Amino acid sequence: MSRARFDVKSYPGFVQLTVLCLLILYLPLMVVAVYSFNASASIVNWEGFSLRWYADVFTGPESAKFKLAARNSFIIAITAATVATAIATLAATAMIRGGRFRLRVLSLGLISLPLMVPEIVTAVATLIFFNTIGFERGTLTILLAHIAFCIPFAYLPISARMQGIEDTYEQAALDLYATKRQAFTRVLLPLMMPGIVSGYLLAFIISLDDFIITNFVKGAGVETLPTAIFGAVKQGLKPNIMAISTMLVGFSIIMVTVSYFVGKKDN
Amino acid sequence: MQVSDGTDHAIDVRKAVKRYGDFTALKSITLSIRDNEFFTLLGPSGCGKTTLLRMIAGFEDVTEGEIFLFGDEIENLPPNKRPVNTVFQNYALFPHMNVLENVCFGLEMLGRGKAEARRRAGEILEMVQLSQFSERKPSQLSGGQQQRVALARALAPQPKVLLLDEPLSALDLKLRKAMQLELKHLQRETGITFIFVTHDQEEALTMSDRIAVMSAGEVQQLGEARDIYERPENRFVADFIGETNLIDVTVKAKDGSRVLCAFDNGLTLTCDAVPGIGVGQSGHMSIRPERMKLHQEMIEAENFRARVIENVYVGTDVQSILGLDGGMRLTVRTQNSDRGKARIFEPGSDVFVDVEFGSARLLAH
Repeated sequence: MSRARFDVKSYPGFVQLTVLCLLILYLPLMVVAVYSFNASASIVNWEGFSLRWYADVFTGPESAKFKLAARNSFIIAITAATVATAIATLAATAMIRGGRFRLRVLSLGLISLPLMVPEIVTAVATLIFFNTIGFERGTLTILLAHIAFCIPFAYLPISARMQGIEDTYEQAALDLYATKRQAFTRVLLPLMMPGIVSGYLLAFIISLDDFIITNFVKGAGVETLPTAIFGAVKQGLKPNIMAISTMLVGFSIIMVTVSYFVGKKDN
Repeated sequence: MQVSDGTDHAIDVRKAVKRYGDFTALKSITLSIRDNEFFTLLGPSGCGKTTLLRMIAGFEDVTEGEIFLFGDEIENLPPNKRPVNTVFQNYALFPHMNVLENVCFGLEMLGRGKAEARRRAGEILEMVQLSQFSERKPSQLSGGQQQRVALARALAPQPKVLLLDEPLSALDLKLRKAMQLELKHLQRETGITFIFVTHDQEEALTMSDRIAVMSAGEVQQLGEARDIYERPENRFVADFIGETNLIDVTVKAKDGSRVLCAFDNGLTLTCDAVPGIGVGQSGHMSIRPERMKLHQEMIEAENFRARVIENVYVGTDVQSILGLDGGMRLTVRTQNSDRGKARIFEPGSDVFVDVEFGSARLLAH
């Protein structure tokens, strides 16, 4: 295998283009992260390193609001990810182990459609739906909406994992006197676990970060962290927002990284 | 429930049919497998041998017909209710369990206590010489060791019949030969009936007490290795098992149990009559390459003349390609030994071919 001939790095402009793309993607985040450590109350003038805005998030005048919003966000994210992962696991089992059934392709499309539909459309549709059936908006409506749109995100890593598991393992379990339930819990489920954990973390982070849908279906007075940040920004951009944002980004990076490694892990 | 008459039969398959939509994978198979027998289902890929094995295991529904296990009808039982175990082609060892947990699995599912399962698993691991690997994960073992774990796992619950689905196909030649003997040995030691599926005729001949040769969803011939090799009943079996010369012939005359057959080029040879071909009818003749000898002179009345075209050295033998009148070709194998004094003729030599008495087989189809 000749590396030099096919090495993408040998194309002219490759390195420059890559650096440009990365800059466009990450420079804004870098600015936010750096200025979250600014000692000044200004968001543009650098006056030295300080952790005062991080302290402000936890103890400042707006801290009670943010703490409540964060609590809501985590409760919703944990619940939504748990329910969505359970549903996605069952869906993946049916899709991949169910053999060829009628409407299989349609089912697969329906599961992954939410990934393709613009989020604003889903948001408006969900709002109209709740209004039509007379469901009062509040934490519960946010939770239901989150469960719905988290399912495809949880489904993808789980089904990818499951596709790599040959069905002879379950046959071997049945052959060795396991019931169908035992074959599922003792053999298939442990083998699927990395995909399930990966799907759970992905669903969790998607729920935690969601703004558009949440903003539409939340009731008055109920805030999650993203909507609380948005509300605070509307009253003027302060460095404490940068501190919260930086913490959220850091948390997301950790979760996605864990999800990646767990998903990749063999056995 | 119908009761089987042959109580000494481990498996009785009666008129078993398997259809997938319009495609018939098995056309009414009837066969009996004796207790304590090493039985092989042999055939090319797509012949239905694996389908039949999976029907016995319970992974495939039986479209029509019945399967009995020691007289009990089993074709409607789910796999976990059948006291048979399978060694899978790719082993299917549970990757998240270590060797001991893999071997214990079946025993635990049967409700044996953990202690008893471990004791029994220990014994069986001893038997396949893997005791020192019991804490390892399957991925940390070589192919041959994984193969033995798969065997141990399937034997641990003491099945009434062990099903083996081409278990040696992933191993290299040396290891495969060693495992063939080990399998045969294990079968004797445990006294469990083995049903072995393979497409490798040499493997089948080496290990089996009896072989069912299958093709196109049917059993072509069932018998001991020697029967199948030396007395093939049709063209497919003669051609599939070992090497042979297949010659189109017409029956010219009949004399008691012998018939005189004529090749297309006019040469004649006598052989045993078989039912289904009368005088004037055509058939095939099978002559194994090692059952012919070459001589400089005619020594029997039926010897015929040929010319050596090419010699191919294949280690144990020299394979001579002969040309006969009318463009006919024959392959003859001569053992590579100084002691036998069998002579190798140079290409271009004119020779006489002597067909060993009784080794030319007339085949009706």
